[in-house]
Formats: sequence, C-alpha cells, structure tokens
Amino acid sequence: MKHKISVNINGKQCEGEVEGRELLVNFLREHQSLTGTHIGCDTSSCGACTIHLNGAATKSCTVLAVQADGAEVTTIEGMATNGELHPLQAGFKEEHGLQCGFCTPGMIMTAADLLKNNPNPSEHEIREALEGNICRCTGYHNIVRSIQHAAKNMNGVTA
Amino acid sequence: MIPLSFNYKKANSVDEALSMLTEDSKVLGGGHSLIPALKLRLNSVETLVDISKIDAIKGINDNEKSVTVGGGATHASIAANSALASAAPMMAEAAHTIGDIQVRNMGTIGGSIAHADPAADWPAVLLAADANVVIKNKDGQREVDIDQFFTGFYETALAEGEIITAIRIPKTGFNSNSVYEKFKQPASRFAIVGVAACGEMDGKTPKSLRIGITGLAERAFRPMEVEKALIGKELNEANIDAALGNIADGVSVMADHYASEKYRTHLAKVYTKRALLRLV
Amino acid sequence: MTNYIGKSVKRVEDKRFITGQGKYTDDIKIPGMVHAYILRSPYAHAHVKSIDTAEASKVPGVISIITGADIPEAIAGVPCGWQVDFKNGDTMKEPPHPLLVRKTVRHVGDGVVLVVAESKAIAKDAADMIDVDYDVLDAVADPKAAAQSGAPLVHPDAPGNLCFDWELGNPKEEVAAALAGAHHVTELDFVNQRVIPNAMETRGVVAQYDTAYDKYTIYTSTQNPHLIRLLMCAFVLGIPEHKVRVVGPDVGGGFGSKIFHYTEEALLVWASKHLNLPIKWSSDRSEAFLTDAHGRDHASNAKMGFDKDGNIVALQATTYANLGAYLSTFAPAVPTYLHGTLMQGLYTTPKVNVDVKGVFTHTNAVDAYRGAGRPEATYLLERLLDLGALEMDMDPTELRRKNFIPAFDGVEQEGYQTQVALQYDSGNYEPVLDRALEMVGYENFRKEQAAAASSNKILGIGFSTYIEACGIAPSAVVGALGARAGLFESAQVRVQPTGKVSVYTGSHSHGQGHETTFAQIVADRMGIPLDDVEIIHGDSDSVAFGMGTYGSRSLAVGGSAIVKSIDKVLEKGAKVAAHLLESSVDDLDYADGKWTVKGTDKSVSFGDVSLTAYVPHNYPEGLEPGLDFSSFYDPANFTYPFGAHVAIVEIDKETGAVKLKRFIAVDDVGNVINPMIVDGQIHGGLAQGIGQAMYEGALFDDTGQLINGSYMDYCMPRADALPSFEIDRTVTPCPHNPLGVKGAGEAGCIGSTPAVVNAVVDALWKAGYKVKDVPMPMTPERVWTAMQG
Repeated sequence: MKHKISVNINGKQCEGEVEGRELLVNFLREHQSLTGTHIGCDTSSCGACTIHLNGAATKSCTVLAVQADGAEVTTIEGMATNGELHPLQAGFKEEHGLQCGFCTPGMIMTAADLLKNNPNPSEHEIREALEGNICRCTGYHNIVRSIQHAAKNMNGVTA
Repeated sequence: MIPLSFNYKKANSVDEALSMLTEDSKVLGGGHSLIPALKLRLNSVETLVDISKIDAIKGINDNEKSVTVGGGATHASIAANSALASAAPMMAEAAHTIGDIQVRNMGTIGGSIAHADPAADWPAVLLAADANVVIKNKDGQREVDIDQFFTGFYETALAEGEIITAIRIPKTGFNSNSVYEKFKQPASRFAIVGVAACGEMDGKTPKSLRIGITGLAERAFRPMEVEKALIGKELNEANIDAALGNIADGVSVMADHYASEKYRTHLAKVYTKRALLRLV
Repeated sequence: MTNYIGKSVKRVEDKRFITGQGKYTDDIKIPGMVHAYILRSPYAHAHVKSIDTAEASKVPGVISIITGADIPEAIAGVPCGWQVDFKNGDTMKEPPHPLLVRKTVRHVGDGVVLVVAESKAIAKDAADMIDVDYDVLDAVADPKAAAQSGAPLVHPDAPGNLCFDWELGNPKEEVAAALAGAHHVTELDFVNQRVIPNAMETRGVVAQYDTAYDKYTIYTSTQNPHLIRLLMCAFVLGIPEHKVRVVGPDVGGGFGSKIFHYTEEALLVWASKHLNLPIKWSSDRSEAFLTDAHGRDHASNAKMGFDKDGNIVALQATTYANLGAYLSTFAPAVPTYLHGTLMQGLYTTPKVNVDVKGVFTHTNAVDAYRGAGRPEATYLLERLLDLGALEMDMDPTELRRKNFIPAFDGVEQEGYQTQVALQYDSGNYEPVLDRALEMVGYENFRKEQAAAASSNKILGIGFSTYIEACGIAPSAVVGALGARAGLFESAQVRVQPTGKVSVYTGSHSHGQGHETTFAQIVADRMGIPLDDVEIIHGDSDSVAFGMGTYGSRSLAVGGSAIVKSIDKVLEKGAKVAAHLLESSVDDLDYADGKWTVKGTDKSVSFGDVSLTAYVPHNYPEGLEPGLDFSSFYDPANFTYPFGAHVAIVEIDKETGAVKLKRFIAVDDVGNVINPMIVDGQIHGGLAQGIGQAMYEGALFDDTGQLINGSYMDYCMPRADALPSFEIDRTVTPCPHNPLGVKGAGEAGCIGSTPAVVNAVVDALWKAGYKVKDVPMPMTPERVWTAMQG
C-alpha cells in the first residue's frame, strides 16, 4: 500500500507517494532528487544522511518517509540562503574541513544542531557532538576548526 | 538498507494505537532500535503502528512525588529536562551517553526499554531509580515495578498489544544523589558496562543504595548482594572492593569479540566502584 | 611567478560538496535505468549444488535473474595486474576470478546470482526468494594457518595455498651469520592485522549500452577509470576500447580500495548489453565489508641484530601475506615490492633479507590500502627499534640517530642504494627527528612519565621514523619487478582561444584536491589567474589516457606530466609571440602572463598569443595553429618521503583503556604546492594509521565468517577518539621531478601506527610490565590482559 505524504523540504511543500517501508533518505534522494544527503552505512552509524527533521538533526536513514508527512525537513541543499553560504558551509571551505566531500553534508547538518544548542562549544564539545558522524578523510582535525570558524562568525566575531 | 514490506499505520492517540495492534504488529516509537533491525532484515513485521506522533506521551511532568517521563520522550528531551536534573541527575548523565546527537533527538525511553537491549543504558538507570513503568492495554492501565520489568535477553514484562506510556521516577533521597558511569563499545556506542548508582548519604555512608548494571549480563540487573553489603558502610575503596567480589553472582555474563566474560566482569567492578565513589 | 605555488589556496572543488551538489555514482540517474542486486554466498567455501530462481522470477518487477552459468564461458573473469613469481622461478599461481561463481564459492560475499529489477527493493525482495543449495566445505581465513599442510585448499591448482614464495635482499645465510654474531637480537612475532578501507561512499556502478552508437558508458566509483577500461575491455569482456567510456565521477574516498577492477564493473557492463537496459548497482555497507578489497593482513616474524654500540647489523623478516581468495589487481605487489623493498628503512643496516609467502585464504581479496606494504614494513622496523631500545636500555631516539643514513640530496651526493633493490632519491633524516623532539618537549615528557609511573594513569611515548617509496612508478623498474603495465601519467594542456586553459589529467581526485593544486601549478607556471584554469579528470572520453591516483603519485607523476605540457605550450607560445613582436624567441622573457622583448616595454599577452594561435590571419610561417599539448611523464625513480612521528599515550591501569593524548608528526614530502591540502592529507593518514593501532581490525571465525562486518562492530576512529594533531614539515626536494615534490597521501598512515603501539609498550615497560607486544588493535582488554602477565 502506498501513502500520500506532504513534506516541507527546504521551505518548499513537496508531495509524494511512498511505500510504508521507504526510508526518508530514499524519498529525498530518489523522489526529490536531493542527492546531497548521502547513504554511508546500513546501521544508522555514519551520519552521512543527517538532515534536520522539524529542526533537529536526524539520521534520515532511520526514519520512514511516511513519518515525515507534515514535517519540515532541511537538507544540505537548503542551508545556503539567497546564494549565500551558511557560515558552516563557509567554515568548511575556509578551514579545509572536507576532502572527498561525502560525509560533509551530514557533518554540516550535525554541526548546525550543535551550534543551535551551544553557540560557543569547546573543542571537546565539538568532538563529542560529532560522535555520530564518521569521516574517513580528514582525521576530524579540520572539521573541528571549520565548526569553530563558523561559531565565531555566527556569534558576530570575525574568525 | 531496504526493509521487507509492511503495513504502516499512524496512531493519533494511545487508544487508537491500542486498537490497531494485533499479534503480527509492532509499535514504532522513535524507531532507533526497530528500523535498523528492519533495514538489515534481521526482523520483519506485518504491521507497524506508529506512535511517534502522539504528543500525549512525549512530555516530562514534574509531579509532587515523582517525575513522570512519557514513553515517547526522547533521550535529548530527558538530557535537557531541569526537573530530572535535580530529581535524578543520573538520567541526564545517561541520556548524554546514548548513541549520538541524532539518535538522541529521535530515540525514546519507552522504545529503548521495550526493546530491552542487554547493553542499553536506560535499563540500568531505571533499575537504580526504582522506577515504575506505566503500561496501557485495551483493558486499561497497569504499572510494573522496574524490578519485575526486565525478564530476560531482549525480554520484558510488556505483553502483546501493550504500550509503554510513561515511566515514573520517584523523587527520593537516593535518586537526587545519583550517577551513571559507562564504558562504551567505541563502534556501537552501547555499553560494555554501564553502572547507575544512587544513594541517600549520611556523610560518607549510604542510608539507602541502589545499583543498576547493564552490558554485563543477558539483561540489566541489580547486584543485590553488593547493595546490601554496602548500606550502612562507609563508601571507601576497601569496603567497596570487599563488596564487589560477587557482583556477577547469579547472572550469566556476556562475551563478545570486544570484551570477554572475565574482562567484562572486571570492568563491572571497576565501573561500579567509580560510580559508588562519586556518590560520596 | 610564484603567485600560487606554496600557498594555501582554498579548494575550488569545495563549492559543490558543501552545497550538496557533488555527483557521486549513486546520484546518477539515467532514464529507463533498472537496478541490480547481487545475491552472495553466505559461506566461505562451498560447492553450489543448485540454484532455484522460480519463485523469485515471479516477483512483479523482476526483469532478469542471471547466474554464473548464464555468462559466456569466454568471459573467464577479472585479471591481476602484477606477477610475482616464486624464488625458484616458478610462475605465480593465478586462478580465475569469475564475475559470478559457476561451481565453487571461495569467500563469504562471493557473487552467485545477479537479480535485475525495476527497483533495488524489488531486486532484493526477489533475491531473498532464491534458493541456493550449498555443499558447505571447510574454510581457512588465517594466512599462516592456510600455508600449513592439511589446510583446506582455496584453489585445487595452488598447493599449500601458495600463490608465490618470494625473497629479496642479501642471502639468508649472510643475514643469519650476522645475527649470530650480534651483541643483541630483538625478535618479535607480529600480526599486522587485516583492516578494511571503508571509504565512506560504498562502491557503485551504472552501466549503459547505447545500441545507436554501439557504445557503452559506465560510471564507477573508481580511482582510475582508464585502467578499468583497459582491463575490462582487453582482458575481461573483449570489447573494443573505443566503444567504451568509463567515468569516475565524484568519488567518496578510496584509500586504495577503489583502484582495482572489480567483478561488478564487468558484470554490469556485460548485463547492460545482454538486457539492453541501463543498470545501476550500489553496494550496501554490509556488502562492502564482504566485497571491497581489504588491506594489510600479514603474519610475520622479524629479527633485528645490534652490535654492542647499538648499530644495526642485520634484519631478517619472514612474512605470510594473506591475498584472499582471488588475486585483486595489485595484490601480489603489495606484500613484495611495496613491502620488502622498504626494509632498509632510514638505516644503514648492512644485511637485510625479506621472505614473503603470498597465501590464498577463504576471504575476500587483500590489496592496497593507504600505504600498501609500506606501513607493514615500517611497522616491523619501527617496532623492533623501540623494543630493541627498551631491551638494551637505550634511548630510542639515540638508537635511531646512530643508525640513520647520512644526509644526501641526490644532486651533489648520489642517491642511497639499499640492500633491497631501491635507490633513495634524497634524504636528510635527523632534522625531522630533531624538530619532533622539540615539539614534544622530550626531556620534560620523560620527567612527567617517571612521575606518573606509579599512578593509575601511566604515560608512554612511542617513535617511528619512516621512509616510504611513492610517486609510483618508474615504468622500467616496475616492469622488471613484475608490473604488467608501466605507471607513467598523461596530461593535456589545452589553451582555449581566449587564453583560458583546460587541463586534462589522467590522475583522479577523490578527495585529494587536484582541481586546486594542479590549477595552482598551471596558473603559476603560465602566469595567469587561477580562475582561468580548469582541471578535468575522470572521464575516458575527455582525458586521453591515465593511470589514476594511488601510491601518492598524482602530483609527482601527474603533476610532472602537466609541467611537461605547460613547457610545450610556452615554447610554442613564444614562437607566436616572437612573430607578433617581430622579435626572436631568444629575445623574449615570459612573466606574469606576457612575453616581453628583453630591455623594452614591447610585450604581448598570453591571451593575444592564444587567440593568434587559433584564429590566425597573421601567423608565423611553418608553424601549425593551435595551442594544445599532451605529454606523458615517466618518473626516473620513486620518490622517498620520510618523517618522524611521535605518540604520547595515557593508559588507565584499571581498565587498560588507552587515550591518545598527543600526536606529533614532522614529515618531509619534498616541495609543497598547497600546505593546507598537504596538512589535510597528513591528518587523514594519521587518523587511519592510529585507527589500525587502536581500533580497527577485521575478525574472521573458523568458518571464514567476518564477525565484525558492520559499523556497529568495526570501529573507525570518531572525532572524540583523536586529539588535534601537531604537525610540521622539513623540505628536502625530490631531485628528479620538475616540481621537486615527493607525495603526501600515504605518509601519515605509514608512519603513525608503530608510534602508537610503541607508546603503549613504552608506558607498560616503564611502569614495570615487561610487555613486548600488544596485538593490534590495542583494545582495552588486550592492554589489560598484557598487564596481567
């Protein structure tokens, strides 16, 4: 049986028909062609699929698409506003917080949740906040710097 | 990554959810135990009844004698709750150690204890807290003492057709002085050993003491002999060491590639001691 | 002329990745595309008795179900690219690696049935309904066990499961005699455990056959699209290469595991024509654990002899190297020519012998993983050095200094000829150690360590001074060593009529930042803005040829090829400029994007020359129009980066838990084009090397099942497991390539692992536990067990 769903994705109301078993990440990637949200594992471990569901960082591989009916979803594609990069996106570029780029969308979405709840995180707090996101390229060193860079800019201090 | 097909039903109230449940259905709470199992096809289900949209079971209410935590309360909301922070600080401490930010935003306490993973954190904490589990079924509501709730390996007192609507954390002298110590499996973030301890203290001596241990055995448990041995005794290294000898008595200790039976038992002692010393 | 080289230019490729617009293989959709799922063997060793697909084929949406029997006999399987023969001259055993098994499965995950359906979900549902009847056989997963008599055979024609039995260096008797005469011999049995590369993007393939043009297009998550095309066309499917386009689009990390030609690539290409449908396969993570090539997996014994002053007198290393069930593309080279040849290290050891047995087991293939052979060699040497120092009660840094090869620049002084075939290009080893010790605050640390020795949290320090051979590779040399292909690189620099520059490189970027560093080189050498340069890679239809990216080769080999083409462009440009300026080439200077007549203010810009070159109406006689040059660069030698890595650990004595407190790395990778990117490469390498030391390791049970094949069990370091790294560099330019660069991709991973293990052993030793080894990964239980005696 298919379910009709309506999800506000990046400010736009999107309709779709999904099987009950369909995961939100699949809905985003296959139905909505929002392929910035990635799939890196099948055990809800790696965080590459992290999006915001009603404002909270969520692994979109561990939510059914039908559960997102009526919800607000933000993906990496919705982070820049009017062509201007989100400070986290800018931070990742400035501090070389990405190499292959595959984990990056999830990292940015998780970091956005962190900074929303803790605008001035310590290095230790940043590292703890990233425990659900695996990066195989950077050794996390510059990801930490990128988030610090963004935190400074978001607090009105020039990094 | 693709579950076997199932029927999906969204419930708008607990009563509606109860009416939807049949013997071939499962309850979908936060989904962070169930969906991973379904994705790997380790588990399958005919009908999934989604209770994640029922606001009535998500709240945390500060009552006179207890804090009532909705079965649908997320780990993140528990970690951030001020009533629990004073009534049972180990709750926030444990919540912070579960999974990761994303998991804590979605995973629920009711879902976690219904799943009863032997390495999950809440069972240890709730055992230590002397919690009550509020369960609804078609006939009404019942409350289960936490000591009777975890019955075995992934087994609980929850019957088919029942839903956990709340967990009551009593406001007691021991809960207000409580800690959680966890040794994580670094990949899964589950506990190799997690120890919740709470005690009402008279100086360095506990008047009351409850300990919950997860990860060590096939289900979370209270090491009753350890509790008994230490009530009324000063919590110092020597007394604790003397009491810990039989920590694993009567339980079947788990082993896997990361931690053997011997090592797990050793860790349980070390972490119980660390937790107990923090009560002082 | 140095506007860009040496500067931390921000990466031009980042924009698409940080906005979610990267295009990885699984992001590619083709109209009419269908989906593949591969049913794989649940057993490590079994005969397939029968396959019943009747129920599965009834599932609505199933298009085709293909078994090994459906694939033409002529398609024998995927080939190996390197031949390493037995020391007695016998040829390497090279059993076929079929696209789908016909009779015998040889590892868990071996492909048995291809299901093609309208969606991946349907394909998977149908695959679940296929009934394969197996006759399960005994299996062996451990390389040493597999080489013992009576072990289950992986291939009937490889007795003793031996693929090759190989040796390098001085005669064994000479080494034995030197060891016998040594003042002290440090000996250790090592396991360099199997690790799983785990690029965050799993492998995937999209294959399409176009009947109108009789042409195939294949998108594959690979590190070298051209090599895949060559191997697949010429050696697997027998299809004409000009009718195949292979694209390696954005690739989410490789670390070696995406170098190789995998069965799924050829299988999908074959099926796309067979069914005349575009097909996508994307690996699940669980599937990746069972089908990607793994790394390391050596069981070794090594002896290092010292004289009474601590001078190394000899080294004997004996290794059983696990190759898995089938030979992957580079598999035989890794434990031999990329491992044995590094056993000299940074030291003047006069006698070295390396003996390696390549062994088949019932596991998935083992091949290059970041460092590939060099980490295993470094691990063995550096563990012996730190342990030797402990045993002889010497300082590990002093012991190294005594044995370092003296500085040589490869220009004034000759390269250093080792006992194990290589000639190092240039090296200056003491400064990296000096700088590292300065950063550590070594004397202070030893005091802190002594003070902590009786506490519950003990401290340790571990060293590793490594050398590696990269910039792979001088074609004649590797040819002599068994490579079935030369390992040069190609580059085309195409100047557009407006003076903008398109560069086509055979290197492939999957995180390395070539679109930035290569553009820096071009912009700098040509004196034009960075924005005027675009780097194109990864598409066999636009790039003439390439050997891909691995072995820290892209800048040293691919970058040098670009330099050759730039030189050709400027040489021809000068002729056009001389004509326009009515001067002679010898009278011109080129700087800042213009040719100037020496001693005058007469000049012509690069853009004007470019336009003139393409649309001439006033053009030098005898000169062909156009400004577009291709070059192939074949390096004269490997390059030899080196460095000193230092780990400081704290051990919780009650639990054995190790905390990595600090990690200091001073590397010398030759000249640096973009320091930011080089730092990033070092960081990433360190994390993987540390990961092997502390967290990672594939575990197989007696039946050949991988028991930690998921991210719930296989632990890679997370952010909270690592400190911020403290890194620095010295610069010893490579004397034999035009950029003076050596390569930085693998250095972090090669040097770091032994430093961490050495630090743990040092902590234990100094606290009174005379423990020689803690097996990797050093889980808390293993460290705790070591302390129990």
